[in-house]
Amino acid sequence: MSTLAEEIKNPFTLTAPERPNANALEHEAIYILREVAAQFERPVLLFSGGKDSITLVRLAQKAFWPAKIPFPLMHIDTGHNFPETIEFRDKLVEELGVELIVRNVQDSIDQGKVVEETGKYASRNILQTTTLLDAIEEFKFDACIGGARRDEEKARAKERIFSVRDDFGQWDEKNQRPELFDMLNGQIEMGQNVRVFPISNWTELDVWSYIQKENIEIPSIYFAHKRNTFLRDGLIWSAEDGVVFRAEDEKVEERIVRFRTVGDMSCTAAVESYADTIDKVVSEIRDSKISERGARIDDKRSEAAMEKRKQQGYF
Amino acid sequence: MEVLKIATAGSVDDGKSTLIGRLLYDTKSLTDDKLEAIERTSKQKGYDYLDFSLATDGLVAEREQGITIDVAHIYFSTATKSYIIADTPGHVEYTRNMVTGASTSQAAIILIDARKGVIEQTNRHFFINNLLRIKDVIVAINKMDLVNFSEDAYNDIKADFEELMGKRDYQDQKITFIPVSALKGDNVVNRSQNMDWYTGQTLLEHLEELDLQDIYNVGTPRFPVQYVIRPKTEEFHDFRGFAGKVYGGELSVGDEVVVLPSMTRSKIKAIYFYDTEYQTAPRRSSVTITLEDEVNVSRGDMLVKVGDLPIIDKQLTATISWMDSNQLTVGGKYVLQHGVNKTLAKVDAIDHKIHPDYSGIEENVSSLNMNDIAKVRLRLNKPIFYDRFKEHRTNGSFIIIDSRTNHTAGVGFIE
Ligand SMILES: Nc1nc2c(ncn2[C@@H]2O[C@H](COP(=O)(O)OP(=O)(O)O)[C@@H](O)[C@H]2O)c(=O)[nH]1
Ligand SMILES: [Mg+2]
Repeated sequence: MSTLAEEIKNPFTLTAPERPNANALEHEAIYILREVAAQFERPVLLFSGGKDSITLVRLAQKAFWPAKIPFPLMHIDTGHNFPETIEFRDKLVEELGVELIVRNVQDSIDQGKVVEETGKYASRNILQTTTLLDAIEEFKFDACIGGARRDEEKARAKERIFSVRDDFGQWDEKNQRPELFDMLNGQIEMGQNVRVFPISNWTELDVWSYIQKENIEIPSIYFAHKRNTFLRDGLIWSAEDGVVFRAEDEKVEERIVRFRTVGDMSCTAAVESYADTIDKVVSEIRDSKISERGARIDDKRSEAAMEKRKQQGYF
Repeated sequence: MEVLKIATAGSVDDGKSTLIGRLLYDTKSLTDDKLEAIERTSKQKGYDYLDFSLATDGLVAEREQGITIDVAHIYFSTATKSYIIADTPGHVEYTRNMVTGASTSQAAIILIDARKGVIEQTNRHFFINNLLRIKDVIVAINKMDLVNFSEDAYNDIKADFEELMGKRDYQDQKITFIPVSALKGDNVVNRSQNMDWYTGQTLLEHLEELDLQDIYNVGTPRFPVQYVIRPKTEEFHDFRGFAGKVYGGELSVGDEVVVLPSMTRSKIKAIYFYDTEYQTAPRRSSVTITLEDEVNVSRGDMLVKVGDLPIIDKQLTATISWMDSNQLTVGGKYVLQHGVNKTLAKVDAIDHKIHPDYSGIEENVSSLNMNDIAKVRLRLNKPIFYDRFKEHRTNGSFIIIDSRTNHTAGVGFIE
């Protein structure tokens, strides 16, 4: 029998020594998930089908085993998904036997609550916020678990693990609750809710190493594949599925690519890569010179882009 | 091997953000796009060097005012360790943020501007690191380039700091002095070419060599129950698992335990992490424990080893760091959260308050303002199971919640 102490010390014998600590992070994340289940009445796990939320699901399985995950998953569907991620989502939910709630950005558009963006950079990424806030109200969720990490972006680096949002879903970054030791204060008023980030302290490489070690299945678009693409602003965009607007002079070419994040298709660029296995992906990330969000156009809109979106209730 | 969390402390403009940026840069942790952004912005602002603080100051107000307002967490790793650095603001009014950053850290870097030397802020930072029993403190004497890399300047500051050390009450703290230039990169990751007289380690060398096993404070095992797992499935019909995190020491199958507060005795039957059984649950592991006997255990209860009982009491004295804009007042009622256990608390008395410049104490105070640190006596509506903070960093601390606002209003370190 391997001892847990050894595992905490040397969890990644396969890939050591780059990020040998992920198990300490795993135990921290499990602690946080259990606090959510204990402190809130209606928690929900925000599931995008991306690697971070898939990792969260695995952590939640571990936290509550042999019981089922004691909260539903919710997908805010922009309608601009990679088809692979939807298939993947449905299969996972079936295996876990948990409830899946889907709310569509398209409905918010149809109800006239938000207006679809147009033009070259049109994206539904920002529109998601409205759909999310409506869903929180509809189900009276008091805690929304998300897969955001502090290393993703500078404004995220200031985020708490329990982050209180007001009735309008707003983040008051200057008035955040201090978090001391590992005590988490989940007391809120009616109408408020808490965004919870169990993998706050993980880096992108930690997540990938974890997926590798745990042998977690992830959607195929994370691995190198052939795809019809075009170039814009130095980034590679998918020319398939017609979601990303493409001007006529933007030439379609087949490239070997993979995706590093799987957000809304309209704002997620691909990277050229031959990494077609998890081991290759881990080594690629380790050597990478471009940050993960470097391939997301939504952050490039302005330097303060993320902070602004967060104040308005974004994930 | 583990994660090392480090808190930084220093006054405004002492160079904390620059130091962290420099660490990231020299360990090649900045990706090209982040570097480009720093170069671009530095140029726009007309600087003739790279402003590394841009790598860490994430909020708009921070970039506008060029100061750090809130704690930011910065990540980087080397071949041997992963580091999380809390970049904490230096102003007096952010004492609470410094306490917060230090509470999750095992090491601290106190920055001193070589031109200014030991100032009131240094005093405060050292006091807080002492109060929070941070085991490894690095005093980085920064901006050495602005004092001609002078050994005398360094020695004078070191001597002044050593005088402060005479006053500390946590003697186990290890203190290391390093002369650096965060801006130019001397003795941060790379050895300085300008300070031959310094033969000690660079900052990174020091961090790399820290023994993490050593740095965590060891105490007696405590297992606060977070959540009771009852699957209610055919397969696990009678399963009642107690989920929680182990603090202070380890617990093993067969250990005789006492459940607090009921004082019921039982034995550990099994320890699970996910679907695997283990013989031992080490410190800081999040496990699920089952007991031999059917005992009543719920959230907030605690399992401890027979013969290793904590203090069980309704009254306590603690040093409190107040963090809220609403004052703490004698007679005031609050929610006290001790680990995962909550109770109501009433402030019986404020024994004394530490002078804001840490020169002494002030008696006869009836209220505390934000950023005050004071010794306070509390009465609780039910007993909690605690250790003294000196002996147990986790089981000896609590937070105070103001139930009118639900804010975390303060933190306490039990005497
Ligand atoms: N000459 C010199 N300037 C420095 C050094 N470290 C920081 N600075 C400058 O001091 C100013 C304040 O630095 P910053 O990192 O923002 O300080 P913070 O408030 O402690 O985070 C900036 O203009 C830095 O460029 C150093 O070692 N030498
Ligand atoms: Mg700063």
